[in-house]
Amino acid sequence: MPVTRARRRRRRFGLRYQATPYLMLLPALVMELAVHLIPMVVGVWMSLKGLTQFYVRNWSAAPFTGLANYRVAVDLHGPVGTDLLHSLGVTTAYTVLSVGLSWLLGTAAAVLLQRPFRGRGLIRTLFLTPYALPAYAAVITWSFLLQRDTGLLNHVIVDDLHLAGHRPFWLIGGNSFASLVAVSVWRTWPFALLCLTAGLQTIPDELYEAAAIDGAGFGRQVRTITLPMLGAVNKVLILVLVLWTFNDFNTPYVLFGKSAPRPSDLISVHIYQSSFITWNFGLGSAMSVLLLLFLLLVTAAYLTVTSWRRNDA
Amino acid sequence: MRLRRIGVLAATAALLLPLSAACGKSSNDSGSGAAGTLTYWASNQGTSLDNDKAVLQPELDKFKAQTGITVNLEVIGWPDLLNRILAATTSGQGPDLLNIGNTWSASLQATGALLPFDDATMNAIGGKDRFLAGSLAATGAPGKPPTAVPIYSLAYVLYYNKKMFTAAGISNPPTTWNELVADGKKLTHDGQWGLAVEGGNLSENAHHAFAFGQQYGADLFDSSGKPQFDSDGEVAAIKRYIDFMAADKIVNPSDAEYANNQSVTDFATGKAGMLLWQAADSSLKSHGMSPDDYGVAPVPFEQPVPPGGKHVNSMVAGINLAVFANTKHKDAALKFVKFMTSDAEQVALNKTYGSMPTVQSGYSDPAFHTTEVKTFQEVLATTAAPLPAVPEESQFETLVGTVMKGLFADAASGKPITSAYVKSKLSAANQQVKAGG
Amino acid sequence: MHEPRWVKVVRAVVLSGLALFTVAPIYVMVSSSVKPLVDVQSAFHWIPSRFTIRPFVDIWHTVPLGHYFLNSVLVSGAATVCSVTVAIFAAYAVSRYRFAGRRLFSIAVLSTQMFPGILFLLPLFLIYVNIGKLTGIDLYATRTGLVITYLTFSLPFSIWMLVGYFDSIPRGLDESAQVDGAGPLRTLLQVILPTAVPGIVAVSVYSFMTAWGEVLFASVMTNGDSRTLAVGLQGYATSNDVYWNQVMAASLVVSVPVVAGFLLLQRHFVSGLTAGAVK
Repeated sequence: MPVTRARRRRRRFGLRYQATPYLMLLPALVMELAVHLIPMVVGVWMSLKGLTQFYVRNWSAAPFTGLANYRVAVDLHGPVGTDLLHSLGVTTAYTVLSVGLSWLLGTAAAVLLQRPFRGRGLIRTLFLTPYALPAYAAVITWSFLLQRDTGLLNHVIVDDLHLAGHRPFWLIGGNSFASLVAVSVWRTWPFALLCLTAGLQTIPDELYEAAAIDGAGFGRQVRTITLPMLGAVNKVLILVLVLWTFNDFNTPYVLFGKSAPRPSDLISVHIYQSSFITWNFGLGSAMSVLLLLFLLLVTAAYLTVTSWRRNDA
Repeated sequence: MRLRRIGVLAATAALLLPLSAACGKSSNDSGSGAAGTLTYWASNQGTSLDNDKAVLQPELDKFKAQTGITVNLEVIGWPDLLNRILAATTSGQGPDLLNIGNTWSASLQATGALLPFDDATMNAIGGKDRFLAGSLAATGAPGKPPTAVPIYSLAYVLYYNKKMFTAAGISNPPTTWNELVADGKKLTHDGQWGLAVEGGNLSENAHHAFAFGQQYGADLFDSSGKPQFDSDGEVAAIKRYIDFMAADKIVNPSDAEYANNQSVTDFATGKAGMLLWQAADSSLKSHGMSPDDYGVAPVPFEQPVPPGGKHVNSMVAGINLAVFANTKHKDAALKFVKFMTSDAEQVALNKTYGSMPTVQSGYSDPAFHTTEVKTFQEVLATTAAPLPAVPEESQFETLVGTVMKGLFADAASGKPITSAYVKSKLSAANQQVKAGG
Repeated sequence: MHEPRWVKVVRAVVLSGLALFTVAPIYVMVSSSVKPLVDVQSAFHWIPSRFTIRPFVDIWHTVPLGHYFLNSVLVSGAATVCSVTVAIFAAYAVSRYRFAGRRLFSIAVLSTQMFPGILFLLPLFLIYVNIGKLTGIDLYATRTGLVITYLTFSLPFSIWMLVGYFDSIPRGLDESAQVDGAGPLRTLLQVILPTAVPGIVAVSVYSFMTAWGEVLFASVMTNGDSRTLAVGLQGYATSNDVYWNQVMAASLVVSVPVVAGFLLLQRHFVSGLTAGAVK
């Protein structure tokens, strides 16, 4: 009797098997379509039109210009194209450094905070505080810190520690790139800490105990247990951090104002400056679509490489 | 089974919850409902958004008492204003009246979103002859009807620290740039500098590029509207300004990163003896400087006058009041414009905000008879010119402002600034306008 | 894990370094919030030469901070609850089922992270305005519109992260529940969710903070009534002066509840697979 009932239940489960995932997916799908995907399609359509300030009032009247906007954006003989390429390079370097450092610090802190000790909760909260602070205020504070004459950094370097004779600039010139990375890491690594701490909780203690019995030291345990088990979380975390950092607008905009120094010209502000500020949405959309294609390539490469690694393991 | 039902309910709730989450709908300011109501987007002119509300509300009540029309006021901060105007323009849903920066006039005119003030409309609000010529010039492209009317006017002047001048043995503020450099050198010593400059601020840079350019006989756009930022006159003009830091060394190299009014702070705290600014009085006061400590003079000119040089030392700065073309209450809106440009209102509001009336009859009030105001008035009436009224004006501000910010950064790090170098940067900016426009 | 001596030393050094790095700007914020405005941009002193709590009083008047705070709490809270709920269901589907379109959905959701926000802004704004015109449901300049926008913003990451966390929960747990006769919903609610609590907490924090700190859409899609904190803070930057000390004071004040929340959530990070759950 119980066997028959169970079998019947499983069969019913089997029939619903078809519809259930779609039903569960439906709310997310509807929201994504309405708020993300349809506007994105509209954005692509905008890139094919000469949508400037003259046509903002009536989009359908804007002339269909086909790939003209794209041609302007990629014309390497013109300043627009070279600047865009330069900006892409700067942004790539920025992203690699920022995400790399944030992940490193996040992992280190997450692992070191695993064992309970007195004050652990407070320290973790302290580390998460930059994430809690409003971006505007936090980045403005950094711009205070980095002021040449009145900032804390130069005060410490020049006045207190006497590491340099003259006061360096941190917000203009070559150092601005380092400042940008520092601010970005300051704001991003707490988030990595958050996700990795949560991820660490799913690793069962017996694994560590078994490894210890086998004679593995702390370092070996981290390498052979912690990091592989965090694989699924890391795969997503790193990818989204890369995408967000690449598209980061707030940090450079608040730190440098409307125009960034050339060594720190990030692509999101660059696109904003070259087009949106003059209401040339056609050109801005074209640049954004190019950015999207670039990131799709990067993501595809990333996912391919990480699935290979998974298959090997 | 029960769980499944709960699950479905949960999913439905998740979808519907957002719709009901907003307890209490916030008022929609699109086009206003009742026939006797107008919506007005005011810009931030006072010490805070609340302060603007406190200043404007009594005037709006006065208007209601006179005409029976209620005005719904929303004060919008500068970081948001252009975005909100963009949203309103795109959707067709916006206020009836709005303040715009007068440098936006030509660009907004190109969108067609604002009601043009043709002769008939102008007459409905009292006629265009009432306005100061300089202020009215900054309301749109030449040859087209104004797209807004000026309500607050401002210009650049030279602020100088009286005590520091006396200590350095300077008896009068400079009237030419050579005199300014000489005075600046006398003032520059021991952590003190001659002139404070807002080198990281794109608009400030662009405004000076314009004024200096006019003195060097250069026009930023030619007669057909094409950019010519790299003309010899403009190159010389910009180089003159950058050289204050690069060659004359009367400007603190740190000023190259100033973009948040730090130059005003430096002037107020005695770190710099001179400052080129619009209306700095309330800022200086909040930084502890008393009006007796500083004096105001017209911005210097270039001597000898370069070929083609115009007698211009400032752009016409100010705020215009515009009517949204889609407004459903055109007559009521025009009544409000007439009210805001009436003598009484011009005197009251400009007195509070520290700006200048845009109508000639507004200057009869004794509040506008101080030497400082007279300096502003003279500048506005005789030596101020509007920025080029072309749709590409905002591109000019961004591109040329950025070039100058880069030049200041180079100067601050000790790199020599040559005319050829300046010209190459400006030529690149030129090309970017052509491409993006 | 057995902890040798060198680990303890490394821990002390690394955590101290990170603490310094984290605290420096926070210290600048705190000390700036108790200085009179003039001192904020003058030469840096470790201890403020003049001390005042005036900024903490003024912040409530310069800008309707209390009202903005309430708006932010309502909008962020609603967006978080809805977003996490929707994400849990979607992540469960992606993690536990193989169905046609699974790959496509994941990629589509991921691609939304690659598009710069400003490009969504205008089309989304137009959609809201037109919905308002056609159906009378007001979305523009309302908190509802913001909630819908924000919950969708945090969905992609939430779904992806939850898929990752769910994936690391062994199928064995699912199967033992199914043997006991549980359907997919019961498996989700009684088996997966309790185990994935740390992940869900992380994702909720993320959703909340995304809504809490978003500036671009809030600046366009709100009016005086519905404005949130992130935009409201910019109200301290007026045409005359930027009240830096008030900006810092206001930021600290509004962050205190958030940080307190973080502190309270600490205990939820410390749960995991209980030993012996899988037979």
